[in-house]
Amino acid sequence: MLKRTDYLTKNYGKPDGWKLAAYEAAGGYRSARKALGMSKDAVIDEAKKAHVRGRGGAGFDCGVKWSFMPKESTKPHYLVINADEGEPGTFKDRTIMEQNPHSLIEGCIIGCYAIGAHACYIYVRDELHLSKERLWGAIAEAKAKGHLGARPFGKDYAVEIYVHTGAGAYICGEETALLNSLEGRRGEPRLKPPFPAQYGAFGCPSTVNNVETIAIMPTVFEIGGDAFSKLSELHGINDGGCRLFGVSGHVKNPGIFEAAVGLTLRELIFDLGGGVLDDRAIIGVIPGGSSCPIHKPDEIVDVAGDPRFEPYNGKSVLDLPLGVDTFRGIGSMLGTACAIVLSDAADPVLAYHNVMRFYRHESCGQCTPCREGMGWIERILDKIVAGTGTIEELDQLSDIANSVMGNTICAFGEGAAQPALAFVRRYRKELEDYVHNGGKNQTGTLTT
Amino acid sequence: MAFALSAERENELDQILSRYPNKMAACIPVLHLCQDANEGWVSADVIAFVAGRLELSTAQVKGVVTFYTLFNEEKPGKHQVWVCRTLSCALRGSEDILRHCEKKLGVKQGETTRDGKVTLRTAECLASCGTAPMMQVDKKYYENLSMTEVDRILDRLLYDGDA
Ligand SMILES: Cc1cc2nc3c(=O)[nH]c(=O)nc-3n(C[C@H](O)[C@H](O)[C@H](O)COP(=O)(O)O)c2cc1C
Ligand code: FES
Repeated sequence: MLKRTDYLTKNYGKPDGWKLAAYEAAGGYRSARKALGMSKDAVIDEAKKAHVRGRGGAGFDCGVKWSFMPKESTKPHYLVINADEGEPGTFKDRTIMEQNPHSLIEGCIIGCYAIGAHACYIYVRDELHLSKERLWGAIAEAKAKGHLGARPFGKDYAVEIYVHTGAGAYICGEETALLNSLEGRRGEPRLKPPFPAQYGAFGCPSTVNNVETIAIMPTVFEIGGDAFSKLSELHGINDGGCRLFGVSGHVKNPGIFEAAVGLTLRELIFDLGGGVLDDRAIIGVIPGGSSCPIHKPDEIVDVAGDPRFEPYNGKSVLDLPLGVDTFRGIGSMLGTACAIVLSDAADPVLAYHNVMRFYRHESCGQCTPCREGMGWIERILDKIVAGTGTIEELDQLSDIANSVMGNTICAFGEGAAQPALAFVRRYRKELEDYVHNGGKNQTGTLTT
Repeated sequence: MAFALSAERENELDQILSRYPNKMAACIPVLHLCQDANEGWVSADVIAFVAGRLELSTAQVKGVVTFYTLFNEEKPGKHQVWVCRTLSCALRGSEDILRHCEKKLGVKQGETTRDGKVTLRTAECLASCGTAPMMQVDKKYYENLSMTEVDRILDRLLYDGDA
């Protein structure tokens, strides 16, 4: 159900809306002050009640993740913010950093306190120059006001926040690659275990969280964890609160919209996104970044034997609330909740080619199945698009993708294999058309 | 001549170092600092300089430089243009934008104009999908592009020298 909220977005687009004055006028920094007066365990408990599922794509509960940090340790702890936003179709974290940076800074103070860290690194992809500038500006303002530094709000708990920069590599969004990159190494993912909570940044206990996950924490402490969770229609299945939803591609009004969890793709596309561009028909929707499987609008939800799905069985996938477990339940993924819409002006085979070219380009090359598999898939698609592919090769696409799935150090493998499998399954006919007679589209452009 | 930083940039380097528990962590930010000071690229001299200052081997620094796409191993044009070609932008016409840039600049993607003014590249998703198609020129984003807008931007780069 569509229920708009404006906790994160109320100052978006306002003159100087990103400055401390605007943030404090709207009640900013009260939550961090409150949290620093609570015990650490109480802070983690409050966060758990909110059921904030990680906004970076994997959907892990934030409060639970914080509770994994060791209580006693002799080493420093670190909070690391993942601001590498690079998942195709995803553009929400950038809006927070540019238009509401103080929410992230305040969230970092709360997060640091909860996990026993005195230092936080915000890892921003290099291209986001305005985001970095706004974050440094917000840090300076918060320090000058005494909210950050040796004694935030006069409390005896030092917190320093630093902006760190990447240098162009999608894989650095994967949390262990990000840690290697933060340490000044090549951004190659690490084997897990050990998990970051044991052995993270600089070999010390660390928590990696997405920008939005942390930026919403001040709201959690403002209205209370339980009240926050109950904003969501999926509160009962531990997917709480509100979040940023995005929509791009073939819609009239692409953008980022804040709403309670429970929103459906149909509401995102038609009510918030203004409907399909040129009022054409939808041929496919990717729910949250290109690593999620693509869906056709005529797919029906049918999950037997799970009472959570009773209200949704028999409905179109477009009417299933966008939640971590609802989409997992249908064999899909919510990802970053930034949807990409393809109307019938798009050629799905060329879209497939585009997506797989991305994954071939971004594979870090560490694991053989991923490195070789991505190159192989792209070469087959090159041939199919050129009209020289064969049915045998078309059949190989799924085999290759299946041999990447589960056989790599990090989740990039799954993130690339999922779209590889979903496109063949759902656009088999269009792919065969290319094999048999060069496809419907002779122009070579993705959108006609 | 060996690579060196201005006093102002040396100061910045010290500030960067102060943020981390060890020197190695400064590698990427310091490489950016040096690349900016070296006409946009990382030469062998820059690698030697960074390795020396951070007490790393040159092989390690070189390994970092080659991993990340934004470190240039050759000198780029005075301005760099990146056209995003990933799915959301492609659905909104980025292929036409790229072809238009190639024609207007008289280069293919990855190449630099003969006068050394502009290097044309493609980029993967730049987190600007809601305002597609888009391109980045040096440190600035240009969004919701039309061909006229692209022309205006490129003309400024070619004839006035500024974005
Ligand atoms: C290939 C790959 C790329 C990723 N990119 C990002 C990213 O850009 N931003 C992000 O927050 N998480 C990204 N993630 C997810 C992170 O690994 C991690 O789950 C997340 O930062 C945890 O934060 P959260 O629990 O607050 O969501 C990526 C994961 C993979 C496998
Ligand atoms: S696809 Fe171009 S900015 Fe995301």
